[in-house]
Amino acid sequence: MHKLNPDEIKNDFPILSQNINGNRLAYLDNGATTQKPIQVIEAIYNYNTRSHGNPHRGAHQLSIRATEEYDSAKERVRKFINAKTIEEIVFTRNTTESLNLIAQSYGREFIKENDEIVLAISEHHSNILPWQRIAKEKKAILKYMYLNDDGRIEPEEIKNKITGKTKIVSIAHMSNVLGTIHPLEEIIEYAHKMGALVIVDGAQSTPHIKVDVQILDADFYVFSGHKMLAPMGIGVLYGKKEILESMPPYLMGGDMIEYVYEDYATFAPLPYKFEAGTQNVEGAVGLKAAIDYLERIGMDKIEDHEKALAEYALDKMFSIPYVNVQGPKDLDMRGGIISFTVDDAHPHDVSTILDSYGVAIRAGHHCAQPLMRYLNLPATSRVSFYLYNTKEDIDQFVEGLKNVRKWLGYGS
Amino acid sequence: MDLNSIYTQLIMEHNKSGHNKRPLDSPDIIERGHNPSCGDDITLQLKISDKIIEDAAFEGVGCAISQASTSMMIDLIKGKDIEEALSLVETFIGMIKKEITSDEELEKLEDSIVLQNIANMPARVKCAVLAWHTLKEALGYN
Repeated sequence: MHKLNPDEIKNDFPILSQNINGNRLAYLDNGATTQKPIQVIEAIYNYNTRSHGNPHRGAHQLSIRATEEYDSAKERVRKFINAKTIEEIVFTRNTTESLNLIAQSYGREFIKENDEIVLAISEHHSNILPWQRIAKEKKAILKYMYLNDDGRIEPEEIKNKITGKTKIVSIAHMSNVLGTIHPLEEIIEYAHKMGALVIVDGAQSTPHIKVDVQILDADFYVFSGHKMLAPMGIGVLYGKKEILESMPPYLMGGDMIEYVYEDYATFAPLPYKFEAGTQNVEGAVGLKAAIDYLERIGMDKIEDHEKALAEYALDKMFSIPYVNVQGPKDLDMRGGIISFTVDDAHPHDVSTILDSYGVAIRAGHHCAQPLMRYLNLPATSRVSFYLYNTKEDIDQFVEGLKNVRKWLGYGS
Repeated sequence: MDLNSIYTQLIMEHNKSGHNKRPLDSPDIIERGHNPSCGDDITLQLKISDKIIEDAAFEGVGCAISQASTSMMIDLIKGKDIEEALSLVETFIGMIKKEITSDEELEKLEDSIVLQNIANMPARVKCAVLAWHTLKEALGYN
């Protein structure tokens, strides 16, 4: 198997060829959002110049074309994550909306007083706040699985927190702060044994590693298009058909109905029951083109490439005495996200200084304040890789990193 | 963007020196200010008698810009009466918003004038103004 060639791939991404602050751009903020290849941009352009209409509503050509584009995008997503049928694929705006949909629909219908909802302490706010709200409303109990010093969940912690009272376990596949890949197989198997459903936040994993929802046996799996080369505003909710069928609609409105009378209505079959109002068709078209692009390269190769980049970056970062890397040291336990701190330098200063070297990184609490408090850190800096990143990007980042303390008036 | 215009020697000295970073003995006013999005978190402490800010200090964590700005503000307002301090806050915020540009006006800000270039860095404006908004809040004007 040939490795992927990031320099060749980079040529497909017009935005990456520009200079920033007089330097070549090293875009290392892929955990926040990713860039679009020309193939995705053209697919959206072609849709808008040939096929734009309101899907599922008209008998005219453009509405029919838009319907075909939308439904074929859904089929593309189904195949990408190996769901059984397109009834199990609901389009949303993003991961956040998918999680809110589950909490508001499934949670509000089925969570009862004293039921337990189990999360990991490393969750993104979007996988905490919807559950806080349901827990408060239903007088249910929110519990957290904590991490060991290496940023991982120990097997005993899984068994301590998931019990016969647990109704829902909601956990990220990959931590957006630490890059930890959580032991989903163990968690899902144990949760199912205890009678709980498992929701997986795949925002940081789906773009980077092969996901098969049937092998994983997750009850829900959710992710965002814009973190995998597609536009912002298109996201996915996968749910097992029998569970989705048992759930009431989330938003009420057009296109999600069967019959509407003056005082009651019946609802459309899956997946349209959960897709009220006009949907983001050009987002779906972009997502389909993005999946085509990723699979043409190969998810296995993308994963290998990012692991190699992470290894290369970690080696260099570990050798700088004033740089402290957070999260697992073992490459098998992590993906291409690295959070770190620099002695005496606040992450926002690190980010501003690196920006002047043309290096784009993220700084802050990464929408994970409970984790930051648990780690006793006010904030961290974060680099995150994707298929178009090169060793040259990392060299440029490390070069900037070595200058951070000088700019702040510390020796080195 | 020129880093030299942001991370000036004066800003770095204030960031590192910590001469205003200490707890006050029985302060009259304690006010916390924070930027949730980035983790700048300061607690401003004031001793006031007869409408004069007799002493001021702060504790907390944050980036170099927020820490230096807080320290410079404290140097500036110590010994001033409340009205004058509030007027300086308005001048500083006006400078950062690029609404006040006359040298004569800005000179009143003493050291803090070196933060003028932050106005060109939208991502860092909130770091620079944190302490000044906190002072306004502390004095009951918000």
